[in-house]
Amino acid sequence: MAGRWRAATVAAHRPETPTARTLVLRVPDWPGHLAGQHVDVRLTAEDGYTAQRSYSLAAPAVGDLIEVTVQRVPDGEVSPYLVEVADVGDQIEIRGPLGGWFVWRPDDPAPVVLVAGGAGIVPLMSMVRTRRMARAKALFRLLYSLRSPAERYYSTELGSHQAGDGGLDVFLAYTREAPEGVTRPPQRLALSEINTHGLPPDSAPTCFVCGPTGFVESAANALVALGHDPRRIKTERFGPSGGRP
Amino acid sequence: MTTPSVSEPSHLDGNALAGPLSEVFRVDLTGATRRCAVCGITGAFAELRVYAECPGLVVRCPGCDTVVLRLVHEGGVLWLDLGGTGCLRLRVK
Repeated sequence: MAGRWRAATVAAHRPETPTARTLVLRVPDWPGHLAGQHVDVRLTAEDGYTAQRSYSLAAPAVGDLIEVTVQRVPDGEVSPYLVEVADVGDQIEIRGPLGGWFVWRPDDPAPVVLVAGGAGIVPLMSMVRTRRMARAKALFRLLYSLRSPAERYYSTELGSHQAGDGGLDVFLAYTREAPEGVTRPPQRLALSEINTHGLPPDSAPTCFVCGPTGFVESAANALVALGHDPRRIKTERFGPSGGRP
Repeated sequence: MTTPSVSEPSHLDGNALAGPLSEVFRVDLTGATRRCAVCGITGAFAELRVYAECPGLVVRCPGCDTVVLRLVHEGGVLWLDLGGTGCLRLRVK
């Protein structure tokens, strides 16, 4: 049952950026999960003080192994530990899988538009990986807004045409600093770009938007302005752009 | 933005309620459809606005800002005020 806290053991970790890393957690009897779902993580200090935060699952489960990607938030209570301290063998508590709305199922044939702002890429990456693993055929268009090349998650995997990623198109929108060779000047993701690199409303795609609250509001408004059915736009907000402490 | 402006929205949404509400309810409520008893707006529970920068959670309607629910968890006691929930429709197995 989702409401139960259970022990999870850090099985591996790998850096994604200088301030974010992916943790592979072993959770005995993990029931499996849907792409887009999250877990709550709880840390307990020696004096009994507890702190908990939500983190999106980044990939489909492999047996009882699950993955979360965590962005370190300055002055955070949970993320600095998960990004800088936690090591293989350490135990934390998790609850989940959680959420039944911001989810994508690989048997859904509808085309999909994914719009990510910063760390909002994590649950959308879970959808991309689930699609690949299931060899699903739904057309995917991913628009990923990020500040700079240094903040790019999953850089060796995403957009490099992995086997099984046919029908997935990735558009990167750098907002502060673009890598060499990219002609698009650094700027916010524009409505015209969502139009060009998304899918036409006529094709009735399901749209998933995830990121900081302000980003999600403006991207969702842009999708509505372009004619997408608001009932097909699913959103998940992380809070202010600095992330949740 | 590294220094959030005063006007930058900071609320979360109803997706964040999945964990806290799983302590009380057997089914996931975030996928439920809610009709507001005050303004009549219909939408997913996940689309509610969640304000977490307080001792508990305060959840408001995206249509009219009515307080939909409040949840406070303290020392093994959970307070849940469902006063503004309105009408819920959910799929059950």
